[in-house]
Amino acid sequence: MKMKYWQAIHDATVQVMRHDERVFICGLGVPDPKGVFGTTLGLLEEFGPRRVFDTPACENATVGMLIGAAQQGMRPIMVNQRVDFTLLALDQIINHASKWRRMFGDVQHIPLVIRMLVGRGWGQGPQHSQSMHALFAHIPGLKVVVPSSPKDVKGLLIASIEGDDPVIFIEHRRLYDAEGDVPEGIYRIPLGKANVVYEGKDITIVATSHMVSEVKKARDILLKNGVSAEIIDLRTLRPLDSKTIIDSVKKTGRLVVVDGDWGPCGIAGEIVSIAAENCFNELKSPPRRITWPDMPAPTSVALESKFYPSIEDICSVVYQCLDRPVEMLQFESAQPESFIGPF
Amino acid sequence: MVSEEFIKKMYFEMLRLRMIEERISTIYHIAHEIKTPTHLYTGQEAVAVGVCQNLTQKDSVSPYHRSHGWYLAKGGNLKRMMAELFGKETGCCKGWGGSMHLLDVDAGVMGSSSILGGTIPHAVGCALAFQMKDLPHVAIAPCGDAAVEEGVFHESLNWAIIKKLPVVFVCENNLYSTSTHLRDRQPAVEIYQRIASLGIPSKKVDGNDILEVYQVAGEAVERARAGKGPSFIEARTYRWREHVGPNYDYDLGYRSKEELDFWMDKCPIKTLQKKMTLEDSQIEDQISHEIDEAIDFARNSSFPSMEGVL
Repeated sequence: MKMKYWQAIHDATVQVMRHDERVFICGLGVPDPKGVFGTTLGLLEEFGPRRVFDTPACENATVGMLIGAAQQGMRPIMVNQRVDFTLLALDQIINHASKWRRMFGDVQHIPLVIRMLVGRGWGQGPQHSQSMHALFAHIPGLKVVVPSSPKDVKGLLIASIEGDDPVIFIEHRRLYDAEGDVPEGIYRIPLGKANVVYEGKDITIVATSHMVSEVKKARDILLKNGVSAEIIDLRTLRPLDSKTIIDSVKKTGRLVVVDGDWGPCGIAGEIVSIAAENCFNELKSPPRRITWPDMPAPTSVALESKFYPSIEDICSVVYQCLDRPVEMLQFESAQPESFIGPF
Repeated sequence: MVSEEFIKKMYFEMLRLRMIEERISTIYHIAHEIKTPTHLYTGQEAVAVGVCQNLTQKDSVSPYHRSHGWYLAKGGNLKRMMAELFGKETGCCKGWGGSMHLLDVDAGVMGSSSILGGTIPHAVGCALAFQMKDLPHVAIAPCGDAAVEEGVFHESLNWAIIKKLPVVFVCENNLYSTSTHLRDRQPAVEIYQRIASLGIPSKKVDGNDILEVYQVAGEAVERARAGKGPSFIEARTYRWREHVGPNYDYDLGYRSKEELDFWMDKCPIKTLQKKMTLEDSQIEDQISHEIDEAIDFARNSSFPSMEGVL
């Protein structure tokens, strides 16, 4: 059935909570009238205050408390309305949750899902729009999930809740109203399996999260200009599906990575490294990264429009890789901005 | 009133911790078999033993880096602890943890952390799970006085209070954060008085008097078990040996020999002995034999392998 991204998150949560009493959910705003952009609406009424509750602004102790609950067999979900707020809990996430399984000789597992949202645009500014997926993806013991579609977000969230390890589940605010077909009932999309969204032969474009939808639009433009792009949605950054990337780059011989994050020490660099190590002889042109400028995100709409890479930027870089003249690219008129804030 | 038999039991438990820690201090540097930063519990025995004597196996303790006392007092397996110190595959963490990271899930010892205050919220989370499952268990959150300076300590108290969770916070105030005295780190208002302002029972006890620790902890544990919420206990005590390692360190100058002597005179084991005659060479032999066996077990165990892990 047709469902929006936020509805798919809601659907996954309700269905898992109905069949597994160990699952509970908390976070600032979880039971409030807006229900974290709709994703937690009605949960309090159905599951009661023991399993659905608000939190004081103690992100670090909250993650620590959920680790303790997980030690006693529970399966907690925490929601942070922004990725940036999660940074207050890095001690419990990195020093504790990620280490627990290995540091104690694989005796105690911490099934814990921390949902968090990336804001972007409408002047969210430097402290409400960070992605941070590369930071978390650097840490052994964590899983990092960056779903791009309603179908994926539901299947990946269910698999994350049912798994035995701490999961950083990064949702993008700009995807919340995206609509798509979502299967009914419980289904799982395995963590560590990338999705080849479109097959193509000229170039591989790897993307994550919101950037997948931007790349899909770029692909349509490229197709009209005679370029066949293969689009890979990584879905999860840890575990990372290297094989799908390698197979694709060996086939197309060209790689562009589009990552909604800073470039240095990031995921885009990681993907390029994988290609360099495994597909060196097949590469026909230097791999390229499309990332944010190396500075905090701005606030003014005039600055934002220059900060975030555009569909035109993606198409232009693809053209450069193919050694085609960028000035020959034909663009249709840009779609007007549809997102309305404030949050 | 506690029975004579029970006093003997507490004496035995404290003596056992003391003899284990002191034995570790004697073998630590001889052949460098224990290559893990080790924070010995000598001098503080009355706190862990006094608190844990109020607990059942299903109650939980979430220890911190000075972990041996809590692990053992809660019933953690000595052989597996010793093997962990020796870095062997038979260790409680199969060689992945070391002295600062012990656990024994069957005994209710949750994993310990070497990050100050790190496991305090874990105890709160254990208590949350007990409450959610309607279980009559209690979680203990031990910490040192320096952990009180961490944000997570206050965040955890906040959680426990608003959720009325069955958790007892036990701060072992031994006056020093490594070598920095409490007066250089915290306001002059005593820790337990600061916590009392949050509206929960908060008491100071002589952490070297096990009968007092046992009684005050007992009240807090029963209160938690009855669903009446968390309590805080500040136990004033003293670590005899250096912050980490097997030696005495009064020669460093941050504390005096006189101060150490004062506290050694206040030894928790001697304090209990003053109440009744407890010395028993048979008990000492029995403990010594148990330690010999644990060390043999550790020594004779194999080192872990990376096979199957990498």
